[in-house]
Amino acid sequence: MGVNSNSLLGGDGFITTTIEAFANWGRKNSLWPMPFGTACCAIEMIGVFASRFDLSRFGAEVARFSPRQADLMIVSGTITYKMASVCRMIYDQMPEPKWVIAMGSCTCGGGPFDSYAVVQGIDEFLPVDVYIGGCPPRPEAVIDAVMKIQKKIDLEGAPIL
Amino acid sequence: MSFDFDSLIEAVNSAYPGAVKEKIEYRGETTLIIDKDRISGVCGHLKASFGFTFLADLTAVDYLEIRMPRYEVVYHVHRFGPEIDENIRLRLKAEVEGDNPKIDSVTHIWSGADWLEREVYDMFGIVFTGHPDLRRILMPEDYEPFPLRKDFDVRNREASKRSFERALREGGD
Repeated sequence: MGVNSNSLLGGDGFITTTIEAFANWGRKNSLWPMPFGTACCAIEMIGVFASRFDLSRFGAEVARFSPRQADLMIVSGTITYKMASVCRMIYDQMPEPKWVIAMGSCTCGGGPFDSYAVVQGIDEFLPVDVYIGGCPPRPEAVIDAVMKIQKKIDLEGAPIL
Repeated sequence: MSFDFDSLIEAVNSAYPGAVKEKIEYRGETTLIIDKDRISGVCGHLKASFGFTFLADLTAVDYLEIRMPRYEVVYHVHRFGPEIDENIRLRLKAEVEGDNPKIDSVTHIWSGADWLEREVYDMFGIVFTGHPDLRRILMPEDYEPFPLRKDFDVRNREASKRSFERALREGGD
């Protein structure tokens, strides 16, 4: 990007950039999370949204419980096979481009629940972008994951149209 | 004043001869072993004549390779007496055979037994005859094994995966 303040080309100046860089800049700074909280990690995720950790500093405070208005799914909590189909359905309803954070040991690999009912990692049925370990992870770790998503959007981008 | 369990047993046995097989006292808790075929009659009698109006819990135990018959259905019934020392908790146990396990439902006595019996059916496969709506309650409806049976491998996720894949194809849970 370049800034030009030539008065002949506009009073307050103008910016030159590419459409792709401009779109990705907007996307990474206005992530709208779909909070898919199913267990104790959800409490920590709520803490990330609330005032002490304040995810709005990263432009991602608008938690949308409608998947159609969200582009970042934060799966926080144990996912059973019965819940997995619901989780996948919610993900499928989110418009492209979209990203997924697997928050906590349970979503990453089943956590302590090596049982008949629990999915051993949500990457069995979802394309995960960032994994956060911990039981539950600290809110700082969730912020770090959101920043990694931002970096990913910056570096890889997504199709404009 | 302590509750007189012996007169309760006598009354139940005179109404349903041989229904109470054994009385076990342990650390102030009373357990009665009830003949499985008379469970519904005994429970109805306990509620109507002795005021056991509340079914606190209904569950089962699998004694595979430990003893016969294989299953035991356990009822915790409670009576709210007018005096504080008349609050009585009583445990009933009924032994159920391993092949084609079946026992009478108590939903017509305590409607709260509905979901508890569904859970026992879901986890152990014990059929409650006379239950108004005996479907699985926790596991998916098309799930085949009974996961709390001792001969079920607790790490076996194959049936769960099949149900999950079917739900993905067809929608719903």
